[in-house]
Amino acid sequence: MTTKEHESYYVPAQSHWPIIGAVALFFIAFGAGNYVHDMHNNVSGFGGYLLLAGFALVITMMFGWFNNVINESMAGKYSRQMDNSFRQGMSWFIFSEVMFFAAFFGALLYARQFSVPWLGGAGNNAMTNAVLWPEFTAQWPLIKTPDGTTTNGMGWYGLPLLNTILLLTSSITAHFAHVALERDNRPQLKIWLGLTILLGLSFLFFQVQEYAHGYSEEMRLFLDSGVYGNTFYMLTGFHGMHVTLGVIMLTVMFIRIFKGHFTPKNHFAFQAASWYWHFVDVVWLMLFIFVYIL
Amino acid sequence: MSTDVLTDHQAEHEDHDLHHEKMKGIKRWLYTTNHKDIGTLYLWFSFIMFLTGGALAMVIRMELFQPGLQIVEPDFFNQLTTVHGLIMVFGAIMPAFVGLANWMLPMMIGAPDMALPRLNNWSFWILPFAFAILLSSFFMESGAPNFGWTFYAPLSTTYSNGSTAFFVFAVHIMGISSIMGAINIVVTIMNLRAPGMTYMKMPLFVWTFFITAYLLIAVMPVLAGVVTMVLTDTYFGTSFFSAAGGGDPVMFQHIFWFFGHPEVYIMILPAFGVVSTTIPTFSRKKLFGYSSMVYATSSIALLSFIVWAHHMFTTGMPLAGELFFMYCTMLIAVPTGVKVFNWMATMWRGSLSFETPMLFSIAFVILFTIGGFSGLMLAMTPVDFQYHDTYFVVAHFHYVLVTGSLFSIYAGAYYWLPKWTGHMFNDTLSKWHFWCSLISVNVLFFPMHFLGLAGMPRRIPDYALQFADFNKIVSIGGFAFGLSQLIFLVIVIKCIRGGEKAPAKPWDGAEGLEWTVPSPAPYHTFSTPPKID
Repeated sequence: MTTKEHESYYVPAQSHWPIIGAVALFFIAFGAGNYVHDMHNNVSGFGGYLLLAGFALVITMMFGWFNNVINESMAGKYSRQMDNSFRQGMSWFIFSEVMFFAAFFGALLYARQFSVPWLGGAGNNAMTNAVLWPEFTAQWPLIKTPDGTTTNGMGWYGLPLLNTILLLTSSITAHFAHVALERDNRPQLKIWLGLTILLGLSFLFFQVQEYAHGYSEEMRLFLDSGVYGNTFYMLTGFHGMHVTLGVIMLTVMFIRIFKGHFTPKNHFAFQAASWYWHFVDVVWLMLFIFVYIL
Repeated sequence: MSTDVLTDHQAEHEDHDLHHEKMKGIKRWLYTTNHKDIGTLYLWFSFIMFLTGGALAMVIRMELFQPGLQIVEPDFFNQLTTVHGLIMVFGAIMPAFVGLANWMLPMMIGAPDMALPRLNNWSFWILPFAFAILLSSFFMESGAPNFGWTFYAPLSTTYSNGSTAFFVFAVHIMGISSIMGAINIVVTIMNLRAPGMTYMKMPLFVWTFFITAYLLIAVMPVLAGVVTMVLTDTYFGTSFFSAAGGGDPVMFQHIFWFFGHPEVYIMILPAFGVVSTTIPTFSRKKLFGYSSMVYATSSIALLSFIVWAHHMFTTGMPLAGELFFMYCTMLIAVPTGVKVFNWMATMWRGSLSFETPMLFSIAFVILFTIGGFSGLMLAMTPVDFQYHDTYFVVAHFHYVLVTGSLFSIYAGAYYWLPKWTGHMFNDTLSKWHFWCSLISVNVLFFPMHFLGLAGMPRRIPDYALQFADFNKIVSIGGFAFGLSQLIFLVIVIKCIRGGEKAPAKPWDGAEGLEWTVPSPAPYHTFSTPPKID
């Protein structure tokens, strides 16, 4: 690093967006708390409205905040060093997301490797099985829980396999889009990025189909169908939320590209969205292996 | 020395070039992107939370003053212990350290501000809202969370009262705040160091926050995951922690402590950084074994990921697991010992003086070591079967958190108050604060060891008669310690409003870039980075 790079680190002026963001998160948290609480007690309250207001506020904040950042960037206020700050910030954010999924993968592996076999009498737990759940035999997918709830295992063939192919392909097209951007080939960039978004949307479409299949009379695989249903829906559900977020990010990039933003050298936002997309893809691969195939 | 000091005029001139001026009134604090303002906000917030959590502890000690139920119902007692723990961990100790980091990191590495100043503001302002949600549950029909700050399933799921949802979402947004704050710290240190300041030239204070921030990024999402599972188990019929559906309550403890143990080090590693700054200053020597300190801190951080199950020796684990976690835990004593010996070697044959920050630092070294040794006792699986969930555990973690983390925060606060306010603090009062705290904190926590060894369980509102005498002593120590903290409030307010003018470097043995700027530090420092040789 040279002294030159350091001289122009941009410190933004006061901003009202962060405090708006904090209020928005307060609405979301307090609203969600009330909503869940009231739903549990079968009463109606203001929680849902507060939650929606919170989301609306968060979206407003993002528009305003990112608008500031984009304008500052376009005005040439950012140095190479600032770009590094953004890049490093985004990578550590993605790492924190990895750890969030790790908690749920951990739960899945613990249930498969320890709690279900132990309930079935493995190790020195013969009495657990004999005294508490004599009818129960350990198996995975757990299609019959100790308390007798039955369900069915979701196969990996068909929709999940199709979705894997869709998402893996979208990661490749996202990469091609990035290459096109670096070569300043705008028409190709638009095509590849548009294709990525379409692939992402079709993934989401088929994921909804699969949930409908899971909740059908034939499968009877519900969120509360024991630990197999829990981990299945929580992992794929959180992944689906991240894909949705990724599609939104890519769409914003798509619009910005049509507005003529980004240069071959300066395109942090695009890069961040594309990193996020690759991350979502890798998580799916893990899901496909550990939730569906194994 | 004076040649190094930027004059106010120069500083203002720099302000003009690159920076906006500060706003007036409340808007300054709501909209601020200035690391010093945000540091101040964090520090005040944490002190208010500290007094709040302390007030809850006073009620706990009043109830335990004598056997029998006096002033609170058992369920409310559980709410008190739970919220006391949550507030002190997430509301007092952690934000206080983030406040120190915000104030000092940019000045120590010669950066103009934190790397992402707006994000910094967001990280702070989430916290008051999160704690407003948590505390509001006291006023709800069902009452506040009552399952202990560790929220073990099934206490927090099947048997929880109605406010669990509020607890879960409050923790979620606290986690968002911590993760963003930690990302900011990591990026600032990686990216904004002054030219010439290589990693191994950074002050140790910076190193400890660097490592702590990594721990935060790695484990706060796991906390978010586990509270989410608690939420769905409680409200959406999942059975992660219920054997009836194929899950396991012990799984909760594994996931929780995978977060929880690194969390413990998140609260102590910055403390190491603070005393590694103050002890060399008041010994007028360089820190002994700087690089070994860096390696020791890193190894403590790495080991923290493979020791979590020592919190659950009695809850059921295969023998191999018990042994693995016991040995790994004891291994932590090695790098920690390196640190303690380095601090002592720093003081050895130094020309020591005993200003208040140094007094708190020396007390830290001795009393933290006591807490470390009781930790070593708890680490031994077979003996832990007797200590588990007794007052011995309570004594242990209060020694490391109060006489450890809190004392180091006081050391840091006294050390940098002249830099923050431009005034020296009242020396006599600060000595009163130190000695009152030191004596009362030991009266408060030391007898808890005996209570625990004699078998008094933690988290109960009533106890057997034979524990009465010690509990009375503990409660008296508790009230005295609580009142002593008000002295600090007086000192800080007096120091802000006036007092002897502080020079740029009030401690003659101090080193570091923060002492090259005037006191109080100008609103913007190091707009152009200094060159480090």
